[in-house]
Amino acid sequence: MDRTDTSDPSYFHKVVDCQWACPAHTPVPEYIRLIAHGQYTEAFMINWESNVFPGILGRTCDRPCEPACRRGRIEEKPVAICRLKRVAADNRGVVDHLMPQIPAQKNGKRVALIGAGPASLTVARDLMPLGYDVTLIERDPQGGGLMRKNIPSFRLPVAVLDEEVGRILDFGVTTRFGEEITSLKAVLDEGFDAVFVGTGAPRGKDLARVPGRAEADANIHLGIDFLASVAFKHVERIGKRVVVIGGGNTAMDCCRTALRLGADSVTVTVRSPRADMKASDWEIEDAEREGIPILDNHSPKEFVTENGRLKAVVFEKMRAEYVDGRRKLIPTGAPDVVIECDDVLMAVGQENSFPWIERDLGIAFNEWEEPAVDKETFMSTRPGVFFGGDAAWGPENIIWAVAHGHQAAISIDLHCQDRDLQDRPPPETNLVSQKMGIHEWSYDNDISDEARNLVPHADPALALRDLSMEVELGFDVQQALDEAMRCLNCDIQTVFTDDKCIECDACMDICPVDCINFTQNAEEPELRDGLRVPALNHAQDLYVSGDLPTGRVMVKDEDVCLHCGLCAERCPTGAWDMQKFLLKEAKAAPIVPADPQEQPYAAE
Amino acid sequence: MTHILKPKFRHPNLPKNGVGLTRRDYEGVVSTLCAGCGHDSVTAAIIEACFEMELPAHRVAKMSGIGCSSKTTNYFLNRSHGFNSVHGRMPSVTTGANLANRGLVYLGVSGDGDTASIGLGQFAHAVRRRLNMLYICENNGTYGLTKGQFSATNDRASKNRKGLDSPFDSIDLCNVAIELGAGFVARAFSGDKAQLVPLIIAGLKYRGFALIDVISPCVTFNNHTSSTKSYDYVRDHNHMVGRLDLVPEAREITAESAPGVTQNVTMHDGSQMALSAVSEDYDPTDPETAMPELARFKRQGRVATGLLYLDERQEDLHDLIGTAPGPLNEVPAEELCPGSDALEAINAAHR
Repeated sequence: MDRTDTSDPSYFHKVVDCQWACPAHTPVPEYIRLIAHGQYTEAFMINWESNVFPGILGRTCDRPCEPACRRGRIEEKPVAICRLKRVAADNRGVVDHLMPQIPAQKNGKRVALIGAGPASLTVARDLMPLGYDVTLIERDPQGGGLMRKNIPSFRLPVAVLDEEVGRILDFGVTTRFGEEITSLKAVLDEGFDAVFVGTGAPRGKDLARVPGRAEADANIHLGIDFLASVAFKHVERIGKRVVVIGGGNTAMDCCRTALRLGADSVTVTVRSPRADMKASDWEIEDAEREGIPILDNHSPKEFVTENGRLKAVVFEKMRAEYVDGRRKLIPTGAPDVVIECDDVLMAVGQENSFPWIERDLGIAFNEWEEPAVDKETFMSTRPGVFFGGDAAWGPENIIWAVAHGHQAAISIDLHCQDRDLQDRPPPETNLVSQKMGIHEWSYDNDISDEARNLVPHADPALALRDLSMEVELGFDVQQALDEAMRCLNCDIQTVFTDDKCIECDACMDICPVDCINFTQNAEEPELRDGLRVPALNHAQDLYVSGDLPTGRVMVKDEDVCLHCGLCAERCPTGAWDMQKFLLKEAKAAPIVPADPQEQPYAAE
Repeated sequence: MTHILKPKFRHPNLPKNGVGLTRRDYEGVVSTLCAGCGHDSVTAAIIEACFEMELPAHRVAKMSGIGCSSKTTNYFLNRSHGFNSVHGRMPSVTTGANLANRGLVYLGVSGDGDTASIGLGQFAHAVRRRLNMLYICENNGTYGLTKGQFSATNDRASKNRKGLDSPFDSIDLCNVAIELGAGFVARAFSGDKAQLVPLIIAGLKYRGFALIDVISPCVTFNNHTSSTKSYDYVRDHNHMVGRLDLVPEAREITAESAPGVTQNVTMHDGSQMALSAVSEDYDPTDPETAMPELARFKRQGRVATGLLYLDERQEDLHDLIGTAPGPLNEVPAEELCPGSDALEAINAAHR
């Protein structure tokens, strides 16, 4: 294999699995370390810069970082990254003075953002410091989009939402709430320099072809519409017996909301096997903890009505068969299951829809009525019109919308300044030795070997009857410290300098996870198989040195490295060094000072 | 030394040996020696050898004296018996232990000071008594623990870190051991585990006195350019006299087409050892040719490594003096104390 090129920032970035997996590339280990130090404000600001909604995401993120966490590969469970983010938000001090300065003198460019969800709010946050005149248009009376309408307040308190949305609006965004957009042409005619469409995926899918659907319409509700009605207090009760159809996170929110609106029995039914459910594991756990049964392999067959009222739902039992990796659901022939109920909540998916975009504006749509959006620039086929969030490619989650917003903001800025949209700014990276003394590092390598901490929950007797009582209480300061100490510091890179190595083997001998090898070079497959412990996880790179004096090379399998620094401590010549790799994804505008240690935030 | 405990986490795919243990189960505490010390590599090689041999740790006694090397018995086989003796007295303590319990595997770790200076007399008698043990001398040519004075194994040609010459000739432990009747004599380099690990396994299996003189560079006091025990010098002047391949008992030996001659030796436990000489003119089983050859290598400044000498007889102290067949702690009370009639008979024989 060739010598690893560590000057390419993506090499070390990839080692930081959590940050690499995060769509917004939040520097996770950096803020976890700050939480361990009790520097919650700094930890909050790192999050706020990257993902804009630390308090919201600390409760609701889909956490792509956690399945990626290296800790999950050396023991059972990953670090509770998401819940630590919440700790930073819950315990932070005053941050008003740390917010970017908004120029009083605007730059003369006007940008319209349609839809006030996380994507549009991110664009607003990134563009306001540059002096753009930003107008936010939303049909609902308040901002937040799905975060307000579809996430129940027992998971995300309204106060947290209001604060994080308000922080952006307070930059001086012009808001036009309660304005239903019926024509994109009308918006374009207002003469904006750029328009960003962040209208989400607001249309719930239906099961129109199931017999009895029309007759039972009065008692069948689309899940996301139901949640929105509850959020805006248009709906305050539901029948005693409720069936929720669907296996995604919306279904989990629907069933738990129904319980709190007074339902006595709530049943979730899913067509597919449980393993294929789309809901996050922890959301399924939360629903089941509240006593809600989840019946898998139940496909709705008929809605039964009596005297014009819904009486029951009939389900056909299914089983899954996998042919060439494709799943087919096949009826088992077992007797149908009849579940009597008063109301049905349908959460079988959602999609974006653009009846309000005229098709003659130069915005191309494909055969499924989806807009053609460039994956990198987020611009549609009409220059100056951008899409992001669920509006671009269908339902994802908040953190993806934020990532889209950052990129769209960069594109909008480039577009408004008449610059090439492909000329995108590189990420800001930094690699600094952590050596303090002979065996002292400026990071804490003495990690905890305890299992993942569980987040305490509110008393279910109270929580199940109160729509706005937050179920998860969050970690307290001690639990947060315990959990933070589980982080392996994967951003502290093991950096190897070939010409300092005397091949004494000390690093190889001390490595607790046998990831360092000195061996004859070979092609990658051969090299992977021949290591002390074969490197079977091909998603993780090998770090290969140049030729050493004996003709061998150093090969490190990055897979389960603990970043404990013992290799560097046992190295007599300093060929190994522990260096902190900090990568900040480029934003349209600088948000916070580059290095919090160089420019400390004012103490509270 | 390091300030943190070695994390307990281990690689999830770490291989296990036949008794269900991983390499890490053979570890001890984290070394407190200087970073890069050759001794730590020897420790790692011992761990590897014991792992491969599937040794139960509680059947091993690790013996040592005083010095950097003697500290290392704390860094491997945490669950073994051990004795850290007075300076240079490890051989006699081991002799006593071995006579009392011949059922254990005796692994002595010593250094050039502990062996060639204060303990030379002890060493010599353990060798000539053919004590059944593996004696590893971690040889760095310097007194590291007392800040880098020449040791008795330091070559005349080797200067100290400040450029001073050594006034005395060096003691070659391998030559001394062959002369005194050791059965298994090898030299190795801590920086070459591929060679060292099979030697340790063979040495532990050998019945009789086995010596491995491991050149183990002292990174702090004897790793400079004018030293003959530095990483660079040993790598540049290493002359391997032969390769050693270990063949498990059940497997048939297939001779490989290596240069020189391959000899098969049956070890005491029935396993086979395949010795292939790198050059045809060196026969490790013939002391009359081996010793002059070794002297010649030394004169040329070459570091001869590999199995230098092997006595195929494999006799140990117990065979020579006809001791009881088993460990004394397994002798039944009635045999240990046969009663007054037996005493009477013995006394009568002396009248």
